[in-house]
Amino acid sequence: MIALDNVTKTYPGNVQALRGISLRVEKGEFVFVVGESGSGKTTLFKLLLKELEPTSGAIYINNKNLGKLRRKRVPILRRGIGVVFQDFRLLKDRTVYENIAFAQRVVGVPARNIRKNVMAVLALVGLTDKAKSRPDELSGGEQQRVALARALVNNPPLLLADEPTGNLDPKNSWEIMKLLEAINMRGTTVLVVTHNKEIVERMKKRVISMDKGLIVNDEKKGGYYYE
Amino acid sequence: MSSFFYSIKQGIKNIFRNRLFSLASIGTITACLFLFGVFFCLVMNFQSIFQEVETTVGVTVFFDEGTAEDRIMAIKSDIETLDSVEEVLYTSPEQAWEDYKEKAFPDGDNEVLTNLDNDNPLADSASLAVYLNDAATQEDVVSYIEKIENVRTVNSSQSVADSMASIGRLISYVSLAIIVILMGVAIFLISNTVMIGVTVRKEEIAIMKYLGATDFFVRGPFLVEGLLIGAVGSLIPVCVLYFLYDKVVEFVTERFAILNSILVFTPSLEVFRLLLPVSLIIGLGIGFFGSYFTLIKHVRV
Repeated sequence: MIALDNVTKTYPGNVQALRGISLRVEKGEFVFVVGESGSGKTTLFKLLLKELEPTSGAIYINNKNLGKLRRKRVPILRRGIGVVFQDFRLLKDRTVYENIAFAQRVVGVPARNIRKNVMAVLALVGLTDKAKSRPDELSGGEQQRVALARALVNNPPLLLADEPTGNLDPKNSWEIMKLLEAINMRGTTVLVVTHNKEIVERMKKRVISMDKGLIVNDEKKGGYYYE
Repeated sequence: MSSFFYSIKQGIKNIFRNRLFSLASIGTITACLFLFGVFFCLVMNFQSIFQEVETTVGVTVFFDEGTAEDRIMAIKSDIETLDSVEEVLYTSPEQAWEDYKEKAFPDGDNEVLTNLDNDNPLADSASLAVYLNDAATQEDVVSYIEKIENVRTVNSSQSVADSMASIGRLISYVSLAIIVILMGVAIFLISNTVMIGVTVRKEEIAIMKYLGATDFFVRGPFLVEGLLIGAVGSLIPVCVLYFLYDKVVEFVTERFAILNSILVFTPSLEVFRLLLPVSLIIGLGIGFFGSYFTLIKHVRV
């Protein structure tokens, strides 16, 4: 599903964010990427979305070399990746339904199918009754579930979540993680960047630990590497 | 196709969302194109007035003593073949004498002059009045006629012709310069409006990119917004000018009645048949380029 071969990324001013990392994530896996600030997690996230280009090395998603992907094809790549952020990034002037339907419109889903798909994904995240609410009428956990629903509505085979529980209390964080696990059980590959030690320990999933631009540990059913 | 309608719908929504900025842009384009329209009307009318004046700037041709009327008519036909000649009128010696008498004694017959009718003092004053369709060609026409056999004198007013041509050129250049400057200002302003729209919707654009939106999908609504602002901004001044035009013409005609012989105004329908599409194209062009360059610079998926 995802493969990185000796990828480096150096920012202007010779700031080395990634120092030659290689990894494989198979289809259907659930992977945590952990590490302190500046360890290179966010750079890795942006490289996978082709928001950034690596300085050297190659990145493959579904056997496609992102380095050889033409700019015009980038939207097609991103349609296959659902993205969830710490700050939810919902459109505050639209309802829950409109926020999710927006993702369908962006990829050109016919209007007649949008309602059915949005209601189905709202049912999946347990927010059918909140379809007409606006984001600021929801709790943090509910907003993150809307963000998840938006990321999933186009059925992407890969889901990237950047600190999805960063703004949530422990109860809501755990609910979001269980939802991510359920999504993973349906076949979606899930990659979660997080600081949440407790959750990583409890989930017993693969954990890739990063430090100063290097992968320092990769545990199949590991816990949080840093103490 | 759904993206196309989505862009139109969102473009209209954008205008209402940023209604203050949109109104400011529409106002600016309206002001620019109003000025453009005023110059356009002036240029069109000046052109028609010049054409009228040019047709009155004539060249008079006199002939050697004893030149037969047949020969004069042959010369007339020769001159009529020139492209820049609008009309050639023949004045016989008899007509010249009648004209003179009427001019000299407009109140009635004069016995002395009537006695001279049988011995026309202007017997060798047959002439051709040559009217041009472009005063700038007068010098060439005069020099051509002077070379014709039997032509004695060619009277012309070169300075009038030169002045007319110079004024015409000056007005065209000044109008062109002002129009280019105004268009530049309008493009700059609409570009700012779209940039403000892009800034306001930065978050939405970022989300669209992550969701896999194409450049067209992201930029489409902004292009529609620019085009609509341009279209509305171009139609308002045309409508205002259309209602003002006849009133101004009426005012000038009444106030400056003394100039009525040379002030020949172009009919409003003729002006606006041209001004409407020209303004619309300019408005749409300003809207398109103003937003397109901003989007190329600031919105890239």
